[in-house]
This record gives sequence, C-alpha cells and structure tokens, in this order.
Amino acid sequence: MTHPQHKDYAGAKLGMWLFLFTEILLFGGLFLLYSVYLRRYPHEFAAGGKQLNWIMGTANTAILLTSSLFAAMSVTAVQRDELKRADGLIGGTVICAAGFMAIKYFEWSAKIGHGIYPGSEHLKAGPPGESVFFSLYYITTGLHGIHVVIGAVLLAWIAAKVKGGTVNAGDYILLENGALYWHLVDLIWIFIFPLYYLIL
Amino acid sequence: MNEQHHIISYRKLTGIWLALLALTALTVGITRIELGGYKVLGALTIACLKSGLVIAVFMHMKYEGRLLRGLLFLALMTLAIFIGFTFFDVLYR
Amino acid sequence: MTTLKQPKTSFWNDTGKTGIASWIFSTDHKRIGLLYLYSTFGFFLVGVLLGLLLRIELMAPGRTIMGPQTYNAVFTVHGVVMIFLFILPSFPGAFGNLVMPIQIGARDVAFPRLNLLSWWLYIIGAVLILTALFIGGGAPDTGWTFYVPFSARTTTNVSLAVFGVFIIGFSAILTGLNFITTIHRLRAEGMTWDRIPLFTWSLYATAWVQVLATPILAITLVLVMSERILGTGLFDPAKGGDPVMYQHLFWIYSHPAVYIMILPAMGLISDIIPVFSRKPIFGYKMIAFSSLAIAAAGSLVWGHHMFTSGMSDTAVLVFSFLTFIVAIPSAIKVFNWVSTLYKGSISLEAPMLFALSFILLFSIGGLSGLILGAAATDVHVHDTHFVVGHFHYVMFGGSGFAFFAAMHYWLPKFYGRRYAEKPAVVGWALMFTGFNILYFTMQVLGMKGMPRRYYDYLPEFANLNLVATIGSWILAAGLVIMLVNLFRGLLWGAPFEGNPWGGATLEWTVPTPPPTENFLEEPVVTHGPYDFKGTGKP
Repeated sequence: MTHPQHKDYAGAKLGMWLFLFTEILLFGGLFLLYSVYLRRYPHEFAAGGKQLNWIMGTANTAILLTSSLFAAMSVTAVQRDELKRADGLIGGTVICAAGFMAIKYFEWSAKIGHGIYPGSEHLKAGPPGESVFFSLYYITTGLHGIHVVIGAVLLAWIAAKVKGGTVNAGDYILLENGALYWHLVDLIWIFIFPLYYLIL
Repeated sequence: MNEQHHIISYRKLTGIWLALLALTALTVGITRIELGGYKVLGALTIACLKSGLVIAVFMHMKYEGRLLRGLLFLALMTLAIFIGFTFFDVLYR
Repeated sequence: MTTLKQPKTSFWNDTGKTGIASWIFSTDHKRIGLLYLYSTFGFFLVGVLLGLLLRIELMAPGRTIMGPQTYNAVFTVHGVVMIFLFILPSFPGAFGNLVMPIQIGARDVAFPRLNLLSWWLYIIGAVLILTALFIGGGAPDTGWTFYVPFSARTTTNVSLAVFGVFIIGFSAILTGLNFITTIHRLRAEGMTWDRIPLFTWSLYATAWVQVLATPILAITLVLVMSERILGTGLFDPAKGGDPVMYQHLFWIYSHPAVYIMILPAMGLISDIIPVFSRKPIFGYKMIAFSSLAIAAAGSLVWGHHMFTSGMSDTAVLVFSFLTFIVAIPSAIKVFNWVSTLYKGSISLEAPMLFALSFILLFSIGGLSGLILGAAATDVHVHDTHFVVGHFHYVMFGGSGFAFFAAMHYWLPKFYGRRYAEKPAVVGWALMFTGFNILYFTMQVLGMKGMPRRYYDYLPEFANLNLVATIGSWILAAGLVIMLVNLFRGLLWGAPFEGNPWGGATLEWTVPTPPPTENFLEEPVVTHGPYDFKGTGKP
C-alpha cells in the first residue's frame, strides 16, 4: 500500500472531497448569516428578492445545470476512451461558464446602475434590512463567481491535458476531480438561486 | 485500490439533467403562488432534492464506498450544527 | 546545515542535494517538517520578545517603556504571531510532518507537493502579516480577535494582516486534508486503526478540525475585509448588521482552533509517558476516542466566549452546559496518563519532565477554564487577567511545554546528535518556575479585577504585576538555556544512535537520521505502539 508506483486513485478522490467539504463550509458561513438575517428582516428580504431579475437567475440556473451535465459526460467519455468527445464536452462546460459570467455581468451592472451596491446612497436611505440583503447578495454571488472562473480555468487546463493524452482512459483522476469541483460550484448555485431570487 | 470504476451512461446523465431542469421549473412555479412561509420550506426542499441528484449521480457518490458517504454526512452535519446552534442565540434574544 | 558531518545515508544528504533550493522546494516530509520547525519557532521567539516587552510595560503603573497605542499594537502582534504563526501551524506542520508518516509506516504524505505548497502559503501569509506592520496605517491594534466594530473602523492596517491570516488558514486546510488522506490511505501492512500511535491519532482529530472549522474563519476574514474596503455593513448596526454575528462566526472557528493547538500536544504526551514509564499506555482506546470526542464536542461550545456580548440567555445556558461536557474527554486523558505512570518504572529525563509538567499545567489551565465556562463566574472575570492567565496555562503550559518535550524527544532522532541532559533539566526547572510565577500571579490579578489589554492600572495591582514580570524573566532565562543547549547539542553533540529510550513506535525502528524514503524495506507491523517487549532498553 505504501508503494506509490501507481497512482492512488481513491486517495486523490478522498483528498478532493475533503477540499470540497471546506468549500461547503466556506459558503456555509454566508448561508448562516443569510438565515439569521432572513429571520430578522423577512419583509426587507422579500422586497430585495423582488428587485432581482428572476428570469436571468433561472437562465443562469439552467446554464449551470447544463454545464454540469457536460462535465459529468466528459468523465464518461474519457472512461470510454472517447477523448475527442471528452474534449468537446469540457469545451461545452467552459462555454457555459462564460455564458453564466456574461449574464452575471449584465445583472450586476444593471443593479449598480440603479444605485444598488454596498454602501450606496440608495441603500443608506432605504430600510437597513435591504442593505443587508444586497450586501449578502453581492458577497455570495461574487464569491461564487470567483469559483466559476477558477473552475473554468481549471477545466480548460484539463482539456489541454486530455488533448495531449496525459489524461486518458487509464488515468483520468485529474478530470474526475476537476469535474467534482465544477459540480460543487453548481451545487452552491442550486441553493443561492431560490434563496436570493425566489424568496419573494 | 483495484475497485471497478463505475461508468455512468450518457442516457442516465441526460435523464438526471432533465429531472434537474424540471425541478428548477417547479421551484420557480411554487414560489410564484402565494404560500407564505411554506415558500421558503418548499424552495429549500426542492434545492436539497436537486443537490441530492447532483451528488449521487453527477458526482458518483451513489457508487462510492461507505467512507466517503460517511464523511460527507459528517461535513453536512457540522454545517447544520453551526447554523442550528447559532439560533440558540438568534431565536431567544 | 552543511556543517553536519552525516554519513550519506540520511535525508540530510542521501539525495546528493543539500543546497538551499533543495530544502525550500523539497517535497520530503522531513525536510518540510524542519522548514516548519525553523519558521514557526522563529516566530515563537519574536512572540516571546513582544511578550517580554508587554510585561516590562506592565511592571509598574503608568507609562514604563511604551505609550498606549504602541501597547495596543504590541499585544495584537504578540497574539497574532503566537496564535497564527506559531501554535496553530507548529505542531502539525513541524512534528506532524516529521514523525506522522514514519509512525504509520509510509514513505511520505499522500500529497507531497501539496505539502510543500502548504509551507509556502504559510510563509506568504507570514510575510503579508509582517508587511502589514510597517506599511499603511501601521500595526493593527485590534487584538488577535479582530473584533468588529473596532476592526472595521480603525485606521491601522487591519485589512492586509487579515488577508495574511486568510492565506495561513488556506495552508492549514491543505495540511489537514493531506494528513487525513495519508492516515486513511498510506498505513503500512498491519498498521490497523488500533495500532496507530496516539500522536498520529491526535493529528487525525486535529486535521478534521482544520478541514471543517478553518473555512468559517476564512469567510469571516473575507467579511471583515469587505466591511473595511466595500462598506458592506453586515456587522454594522447602522446598516442593519449585527456585530454579535461576527463574534459567532469568529468563535465557530476559533474555539475549535484551540483544539488544533492542544490535541497534538496531548497526543505527544500520550506517546512520551508510556516510553519513560516503561509501561504500556493505560486505556489506549479511550485516549484515541477522547481525541475525537474533544474535536467533536469542542466544535459545539464557541458561545462560551460570548457570555457578556449580549447573546440570549438561552444560548448562554446551552453553551455553558456544553462547555462542561468538553471537560469529560479531557479528564479521561489526564486520568489515563496518571494511571499509566502508576507503578511504572519512571525515568525523569528531559522529555519526561516537560511531559509531566504538561499534565500539571494543563490541568490548572483546564480547571480555571471551568470557572470561565460557568456563566455566573465568567461575568465576574471576563476580560480580566484571569482569562489571560488561563489561556497561557493551556496554550503555553500545555501546547508550548509539549512542543519543548517533542523537541527533546524527537529532534535527536532527526539530527542524529544528542543534547546535554543537565542543562536541559536546568532549563526546564527555570522555565517551570518562571512560568508559574508569571501566570499564576496573572490569574490572581484577574480575580482582583485587573482588566486585560490595558497598558495602565490602579496602584493596588503594582506589587503583583512586578512579581509577574520577574517571573517572565526567569521563564525567559530558562528558555535561553534550553535553546542554546539544543542548538549546540543538535549541531555538535555526541552521536545519537538507535533507540535509547526504548520506544515501540515505528520511528524508532528506522535508521538515525532516517533516509529520504524512511524505510529501507517495507515495514510490516506486528505489534501495538506501546508493546515494549524487545525494544532495546529494559
């Protein structure tokens, strides 16, 4: 067991899952704050949620779910040694990530255009709960956005490895771990979406 | 270490994807109608269902051994305790 | 390092590379362990110097050597350096890395390159913290806890220091996940879970705390930065936020973090006591279990830092009750150590002296912790020198003395040279005496009502403060003797060979110093870690 001549597949996956736990707890801190402040300001949170564009939110949910599908399929493709297809599927994931970020950009700039951003005059004039809602919104979606970008870069790098042949049907733990990371990004969004866009 | 790696078919993955999209539509639907406080509960239940599907199939947890499953449970319990115990303060202040 | 004339069979030179780059880019767990030892211990000495300065300032009422603002900065930096740059990373980083893989019969940790990255992140975080002292608004003056609202408003350079701590948290997470994976995947044949040495068991529990609690610190620090830079107002009542939520988030991490500091120390003591008593450990399973129980129960008690914060009475009651539960697994350990000593053939050498004083000092610290854990008495002594005395008993008397024990117990193994016994004992005696004069006096001062973090005080506290300051000098003198002795011994001392203390764990079966991949041939474990039959000395 101590001979690391061959790769310790299960060990690498265990390590990755442990890392995902830390990500869950990281966002968990923000969800903790959300739950506390939702209880304190239910009406302001509902009013804040109404101001978010739920159509854009739903579109982004669909995009992320699709990107996750591509990521999961790319693992299947590599396992079946269909490397070309795997590369294409990872490319699909990265394109979805770009689409997600584009929509996010329009959403944020529209909000900032309306004077809604942390510390803005508009929020200072409004009820305090609204300011808390939007601060949490910006920090949570901002941190999530950073994770989307990191995940996309990671997957693009892995796609290059698939092309180069270092990731293949015999050794694909890198892709599997990259896909796990991507699914986590999706997972966090599955909770962000209803909590921020749909609690009306 | 020489465990068989389970390969999940494209068909199954697509099926899960469709289910996830349907659940998304459902969440949007139920939060449009007036349910009061149940809205949050309903939306969160569906979110848990969705994440369960992602973890079980997309993330292959269904095919992993007991160890990883147990550890995931431990991590989620820890988060639940962190949030829950904070409410000893928030609820009774 | 090149001054060592080692045979070319150890990790010091058997790869043929001994230059500085072969160290700071090494993926060998022993080299990384020594890197951690040098860097964390360097910061420990910085922290000691700052602590001595604080004591000199408090020697007499009024201004002695520094003004109030400097005093605030010095106690903040003392705390940040000691907590984040020394105690948290030192035990897992230095001795965890040096010893743990060998104890379970592995050639290295599961992810050697990640291990190196951990150390680099630690160094980057440390450099950021040090930079924060000298640029921008100057050294932070918030105390190591970075409490809002002050930390959100002060003009000192809190943002950069907090970012440095964030990076160090990342380093701790990577070390934790690396160790968990290593212990699950890389145990040698026959190294079943009930044969894992208790030091490794404690590191396993510690690693879980690192993995599950540190992310909460990370997000808290991100929020402090966004509070300062973006004005998010999540902890600002004027904007609808709640400063008490900061305290919740901070202590959700920082209380379990206390167990990151003490658990490996307890594990080490559980390894040393049986070796120097020539008796198998009493209650192996319960000690291993209590490590996990402390890690679990310790994650439920963060509220006891907040009894006077305006938290709800229900929460005070619940957290006070849970705090008393942590005392149970801690007491299990103490009782088992004492039972191990009973009728043992005790030899009082330096590592054992430090280990025995650990039991006493930790017990004093732990019992004074119960006074703080009870809500009624806590209100009386909250934010006094009693608290300062309490956590120095646990952190310094506990983790610190255990760290010195580990230096005397394991470092000869890795340097292949021994220190002189007599100066080690003298150093220990001075430190033990000075320690108690310093911190016990602090606890008395706290009971009398002297508040912490004040640079001035009422004249009636003057005598005891002078006593405490003199204690700090005795402590420092002992520390200097210990350091000089270790330094001379490990570099130029007589050769250290074999297994002079008769330890039964795997690190005593490998050559001294160990070769790069630890084992000349694949180890097969056939006996428990405290099964002393046939391990050399009677």
